[in-house]
Amino acid sequence: MQFGIFTVGDVTTDPTTGRTPTEHERIKATVAIAKKAEDVGLDVFATGEHHNPPFIASAPTTTLAYIGAQTERIILSTATTLITTTDPVLIAENYAKLQHLTDGRVDLMMGRGNTGPVYPWFGKDIRDGIALAVENYALLHRLWREDVVDWQGRLRTPLQGFTSTPRPLDGVPPFVWHGSIRSPEIAEQAAYYGDGFFHNNIFWPMSHTKQMVGLYRRRFEHYGHGPADTAIVGLGGQVFMRPNSQDAIREFRPYFDVAPVYGHGPSLEEFMDQTPLTVGSPQQVIDRYAAMRDHVGHYQRQLFLMDHAGLPLDIVLEQIEILGTEVVPVLRREMAIGRPEHIPDAPTHASLVAAAGGARDATVHADDDVTGRTAENVAATENAEAAR
Amino acid sequence: MTTSRRIAVVSAGLRQPSSTRLLADRIADAAGRQFAARDVDVDLRVVELREHAHDLTNHLLSGFPSASLEQAIKAVTTADGLIAVSPIFTASYSGLFKTFFDVVDADALEGMSVLLGATGGTERHSLALEHAMRPLFTYLHAIVVPTAVYAATSDWGAEDAGDGDGAPTGLTRRIERGAREFAELVTGREPRQTADPFAVPTPFEQLLAEN
Repeated sequence: MQFGIFTVGDVTTDPTTGRTPTEHERIKATVAIAKKAEDVGLDVFATGEHHNPPFIASAPTTTLAYIGAQTERIILSTATTLITTTDPVLIAENYAKLQHLTDGRVDLMMGRGNTGPVYPWFGKDIRDGIALAVENYALLHRLWREDVVDWQGRLRTPLQGFTSTPRPLDGVPPFVWHGSIRSPEIAEQAAYYGDGFFHNNIFWPMSHTKQMVGLYRRRFEHYGHGPADTAIVGLGGQVFMRPNSQDAIREFRPYFDVAPVYGHGPSLEEFMDQTPLTVGSPQQVIDRYAAMRDHVGHYQRQLFLMDHAGLPLDIVLEQIEILGTEVVPVLRREMAIGRPEHIPDAPTHASLVAAAGGARDATVHADDDVTGRTAENVAATENAEAAR
Repeated sequence: MTTSRRIAVVSAGLRQPSSTRLLADRIADAAGRQFAARDVDVDLRVVELREHAHDLTNHLLSGFPSASLEQAIKAVTTADGLIAVSPIFTASYSGLFKTFFDVVDADALEGMSVLLGATGGTERHSLALEHAMRPLFTYLHAIVVPTAVYAATSDWGAEDAGDGDGAPTGLTRRIERGAREFAELVTGREPRQTADPFAVPTPFEQLLAEN
């Protein structure tokens, strides 16, 4: 089971001081947060993608590559990559490159994005949202698996004899999760490909999460990827902790009350009751999240939102420290209890390479006018060598 | 063999007791008699929006309903017929009434038989039923019966509003006519089916083929 954090990169005023960080501070804070996550033993750092104020989450592969250069172990992911408005050719190139640079510490979570205006900024139309997610991902899936792609779709210019470079590291594409809050079509898409399904339930009641995950699991089995309980499921989470739960509530309430998304709406108590938000002692967080599998079955990835709503960096780092040292070690033990042998872990680069029968160099050599070599010559030579 | 139909009543009155709720109850009673005369059992669900006022605002802001609001929404969307009654505020239905229908899925009332009612201080606002409430339900692809029942303050005190001798006139007559049209419509139509998108998803091959 993997534990990690995810960020949307919001630049929000700290309501207790009235201070708003600069973009620069927030960008640097994101790096500090990711490094802290690795230091305290978390498995995953994921960043969102937004292209408008008040967010600093554009150019996610730049951020992830920079973090990748300063970390050793942590998996770098997205939450989410906008499969609707980002050209699948660019996604194929950018994340394959990131895979090489970080030695395979990369996976992705696909999302449609929920801001209407973002579509026209990239020449798209929100009314094509689901169609874009379906068509673009179908192309991306091929670009990582076929060296030369001829392709024609409805929403993008055709490709003829196109090779996306670099080829995926060791010939194995990054693992993909599909994130969706409300659309059964996306759970269906994840199930069809046998990819992971991440339900970002942080603003939603568990009854809804259960419904979406249940659908994904049933359809995963339907499409022949294995029994429903072996489907790859991830959940979101949101916590704020102090040794004494009343202190946690007192300290977090001003952030909650005016937070983007849910501020000025339900009370903190109502929201804690209705969503996975847990503000209290580390033990309360452990109890709440250890029980998540009772709702959705044994799952593979739990990400926490820790750095939003204007919380200052020092408090965020302190919270990640508590999460990594006091909560996650206990949750790892708890989640292992009663977990049947056949429940898989979330795929990693190493496990995908092993499943593919080992690493292979997937370089496609161009037919260049210096050596005269072509991809076909290289493949033929390799085959001849393998045959000997 | 008796048949049965599920009837939801949505009342957006604010005060307690509320004349809007009073009108909703009188319409529901009249409809109940009409259904009984047609040998149709009624499963009646009453949604008093006042009880969900905070949750409705929270739903607008947070994007999901509380458990009790979800139940109320389900009571309406899974019904075969809907009696919807709002006070008229500033030339239209109340904001609370609109908020409820704003958080119901846009296609959830498709094919729903609807009887409209409204209350107001004076009879001068009665056309708000026609220029505001009826278009709202037309947009939602509901089927609204021709008679909509308006009750002004003066209607409640009028002699013809009660159980006088002979054929009723005024408000009572309008209630009876609306209830009759509503019961005829609901009884004449098959019970509504509500699809669960989580039970039967669109197969992915079809999603791919649509591209």
